[in-house]
Formats: sequence, C-alpha cells, structure tokens
Amino acid sequence: MTSALLEVEDLSIEFATEAGPLRAVEQVSFRLEAGRTLGLVGESGCGKSVTSLALMGLLPGNGRIVTGRILFEGTDLATLDQAALRRLRGRRLSMIFQEPMTALNPVYRAGDQIVEVLRRHEGLSRRAALDRAIEMLARVGIAAPEQRMVDFPHQMSGGMRQRIMIAMALVCRPRLLIADEPTTALDVTTQAQVLAEISQLAAELDTAVLLITHDLGVVAETCDEVMVMYAGQVVEQAPVGALFAQPRHRYTEGLLASIPRIRKQPLERLPVIPGTVPELSAMPTGCRFAARCPQAQADCRARTPELRMLGRSRSACFHPAGEE
Amino acid sequence: MSAPLLRVEGLTRHFRVGGGLFHRGRLLRAVEQVSFELEAGQAFGLVGESGCGKSTLGRTLLRLIEPTAGRVQLDGVDITALDAAGLKRARKHMQMIFQDPYASLSPRRTVEQILREPLDLHRIGATDTRSRRVSELLDIVGLRASDRRRYPHEFSGGQRQRIGIARALAVEPKLIVADEAVSALDVSVQSQVLNLLADLKREFGIALVFISHDLAVVQHVCDQVGVMYLGQLVETAPVDRLFCHPAHPYTRALMASIPEPDPARARPEAALSGELPSPLAPPPGCPFHPRCRVAVPKCAERVPRTIELGPTGPTPHRVRCHLHDVERSNHEQALSET
Repeated sequence: MTSALLEVEDLSIEFATEAGPLRAVEQVSFRLEAGRTLGLVGESGCGKSVTSLALMGLLPGNGRIVTGRILFEGTDLATLDQAALRRLRGRRLSMIFQEPMTALNPVYRAGDQIVEVLRRHEGLSRRAALDRAIEMLARVGIAAPEQRMVDFPHQMSGGMRQRIMIAMALVCRPRLLIADEPTTALDVTTQAQVLAEISQLAAELDTAVLLITHDLGVVAETCDEVMVMYAGQVVEQAPVGALFAQPRHRYTEGLLASIPRIRKQPLERLPVIPGTVPELSAMPTGCRFAARCPQAQADCRARTPELRMLGRSRSACFHPAGEE
Repeated sequence: MSAPLLRVEGLTRHFRVGGGLFHRGRLLRAVEQVSFELEAGQAFGLVGESGCGKSTLGRTLLRLIEPTAGRVQLDGVDITALDAAGLKRARKHMQMIFQDPYASLSPRRTVEQILREPLDLHRIGATDTRSRRVSELLDIVGLRASDRRRYPHEFSGGQRQRIGIARALAVEPKLIVADEAVSALDVSVQSQVLNLLADLKREFGIALVFISHDLAVVQHVCDQVGVMYLGQLVETAPVDRLFCHPAHPYTRALMASIPEPDPARARPEAALSGELPSPLAPPPGCPFHPRCRVAVPKCAERVPRTIELGPTGPTPHRVRCHLHDVERSNHEQALSET
C-alpha cells in the first residue's frame, strides 16, 4: 500500500472549559492521497473545522490533541512545535477560510501579502516575488492583476478577496490545501467560478485538497471522496459517486434528502431530520444519531457502532440504508 | 376578483452616497420601480445576488426604510401615505423575521418576555389572557410551553429562529417579510423551518415576502418569484412557471450556478462570468448586458421594457429583456426594411 500524503489516525481533540473538558472530535481517521480532493461535510458543531485547525496546528489556546497522529509527508504534525509548523504552513500545506476579509491584513496591499509569503518561504528577491504574485493572480482568474496588486482588501468584492486568498495559499505550490467553507460567504454565481478555479489550479499544481463544507452540492461537484461527520465522529466515508448513489449511514441519508433542490415537481413537504444535534456536554451512549434516527433500535442506544466496509463505503451504522 | 392583500406599485428607493457640504454625492438606485401583487396565504420569493437591493426592498415594504417613490397597499391601506401614528397602528399588521436570530432576540429576556412585548405594545387581548397566548404561540411554532422561562442562548439556532417566528406571529400580522430567515441554519434544521413557514402562511392567510439568495429554498416556500438585479425586478412569475420556463438570461444563469448534489451530472461551465457591477455606476441599457451571454447590440443601448409572457393564470409572467420583446423587434425590422 502506498503511503498517503496525509494520514490522520485516531485523532481526538478536547477543549478545556469551565464545565470541564469537552471532546469536540472523537477518534477521527482518514487518508488523503496526493492530488486528490476529499470533502469533509457536516453541520455546525460536528467537528469539521476543529479537525482542520488541528491539522494546521491552529487550535485555539484551550484546545488540545488528546490522542492520535497527523502524518503529513511522513512527519507527525501533532508533535511539531510552532516554529517547525510555521516553516510548513504556507509552503507545504496552506489553508483558506470562509471569510477572506478577516484572513487578509486590512492595512497591507493585496500584492504585498502574496509577496511576503514568497519572500519568506522561497527567499525570492522582491522583483521575482512580484512577478510570481502577478502571474498567480492571473491564474486565479483576476483581470488586470497588476492593478489589483496595489489594491487594499476593502477595495475588493468578496469573490475577489477569496481569489487573493487562493493565490496566496497556492503560490508556493503546497502539497495540501485545506479549504474551510471557502465559498459559503459568496453568491452562487461567484461560488461556481471560485470552485472551478480551486479545482483547476489544484489539478495543475498536483495539490491535494481537503474541502470542508456544509453543502453536499459543492461536494458532488468538486470532490473525489467524501467523509461525513456527526457530533464529533466520522459516520461515513466513501467515494463521491458511491455516497450519492447509496448513502449508508442514516444521517447521510437524511441529510441528502433534506437538501432543498430545484425539482420539476416540487415536494409538498421537505423531508426533515427531526430534533437537533446533541450537546457536546451531553453526548448519549451508543450511536450519537440514534435519538433523531427513524431506524434506531435498542442496539443503537446500547453500543457505539464502528466504521465498517459496506460496498465501496465505510459507515458506522448498525442498520445501514440499502441493506433491507 | 378581490383586491390582492399586498399591492406594490413602482416602489423606488434611492440613496445619496458620498455627498458632502459642496457636492450632492452620487445617486444609488437601490430599488427601482418595483411592482407586484400578493394574495393572502401566498408567498412571494425575492431572489438575487448580494447587493441587488432585495433586503432594501423588504425593509421599504414595511417602511423601515422610507421609499423615495411608489406605493405599498396592504389590505386596502396605503402604507406609504400613513403618518407616524397611523404607521405605528399598521405595524401590527406587518412583521419581519431576520436572518440572525442571535442578533435579533434580546439575550437578557426570557422567551415569555420576548413574545409578550408585542402583545403589550399593541394592547392585544386582555392582560390575563396574554400569558395563554404565549403558550399558544410556542405550540404553533413547535416549542414546548415550558420553554417560556428560558433565555435565547439556551436554544439552538433553529429553535431561536422559531422564537423569532413566534414573535412575528404574536400580533396576528397580515404581512410578514422574512429576510434570509433560514440562511444561517444547517440543512437538516433549515427544512424544518421552511415547512413551518409554508404551513403558517396557509393556515393564517399571511402574505409572506420571502427574501433569499437560494433559489431552491424559494421553490419550496413560494407561490411567486421575483428575480432582482441591480435594484430592478428583471423577472416575476408563478413559481412552477419560473422553474420550468425561466425567461431572463440572468434567471437561467442563477439556476445553472446552483451546485447539484449529483456527481453524475457533468460539471457545468461557470454559468456567469464577472461580478455584479457597482450600483453607483450601473451599465447603460439593460443592466445585465455586460455579463449576458446572449446580449445583442441594442441591450447596451436601450433599457428593456417589461414584457408579459403567455397566459399564466392570475399571476403574470413578466420579464425585462429585449430578447423577449418580439413585438418591438418586429416593429424595428419593419422600420429598417422600409
């Protein structure tokens, strides 16, 4: 078996709070091959963003990795100190966020922020860095890149700012790009453009992408594989085609059904998943989805289901869909 | 036929931007000549990209923003002509639901206090029956009667949005404007709230103006849809008609941009290039022409008029696009041939 670019094993993350430790991520394992795109989906609070922050070594002060390894190009990122992580971030792995306005420095011109990345990581001269930055802006679909170089972030639209972020993240040709809801704040029309640019550039640079999103439509259009998280745990992992053709976990099934989509014959009522996600402080024993699951039986509440192979998917469900 | 509950005619709102002591600034046409009608128990969906003016329009309908021109009639009353006292009385009949229930509910008040305030303010029901009304409202939106003593932070996002809906319903309004009311919610919860809104408008005969950037969501709640671009309604139609036969190139592009949860579908080319132009300097002619794939020279020269397409029952299908202006095209052709 070839070694993957990124291999996460048994990752658990806790946050220290006044009410005691809260476990936000529980035994998450996955692998991502070079050049592939993995979608990480789930609703707010499911642990998808916390997982991605842990990969970058960017957990907030009260968060810590309790167990697990994050093997990136053979190095365990969980054991590295901040200085070592800083040398990797922006060069070997980089990240883009939902709101580019908070990620970009408002008092520096967009171009200077990209130039800084290049000078720091690749030791380029200012002239060479400028040329590379302009070339990169053109590649992310920015018209008149020379002019945009001297603009400040607030002078740009949301889509333009996100393109600047993408240019900055990819300018050093990282092996891994973590994109946390990169298009959630954008209009659908801009979203379509930005997603297309991320996909195309990642393919050209052979960069693997971990795409975190709540939108299964975005996953279907951009990812090779997908991982569904619920209440801190991975509940299903599958190639994109397999997941959408036959979701196995009952949560995935419910999630897919409840997406509002344009239909020739609109439904009288949208299917819903009843109830809400359990609180981190009051996780039930057994399957965490059982209380909302139409198929739940006694065993679901008694024991925690493990991920197991079923067709081309792995799912953590005692009574998976498509088996009856 | 009875008069519609809500009639909007030529509603317009302009803002002066960047004016100072010695110059008047530039004119921003946020809402330009918007007209539509809405029956009781029906919903009008308002869609468009951010900055298209849909939220300004929603607020102008309720006179939370004063219109520059045009009229809004609710149940025969001209809202735009009311004085301050009249407007305050009319507020009882028109309510709003906001996007962010975290920001629009006071964190220091219990649910009971939040729901009682509009009842007390508008003196609805005898004092001793108001408490019962609170229980009723909670029941209607699917919360428990015991939730009345809790504070907003004790609820999830979806439940908080239910509190916002209950507050809007407290005064038994005729018109509710919901501005991105489900946009902040997770998918599984979003569909619960959408179903609730669809039920409420039917059950209580409320006219609902549903503002959203998400066309798929609009299809599930609304009976009519209006598509906005740079302050104008470029297309309005009954909902099934719009989704089966979208007429405006912008509407088609919006629909094509929605990511489909179906990996087998070939990924479409980005349906629309470029971004919304600045509303301070809208393009001449049809405002959409610089991004339009099927634009012809006259699109840059002349503002398209509103065309009515085909018989569609009580609600017309209107579009502002030169390509559908067959009559005018024929006329022009005739002129050029002579």
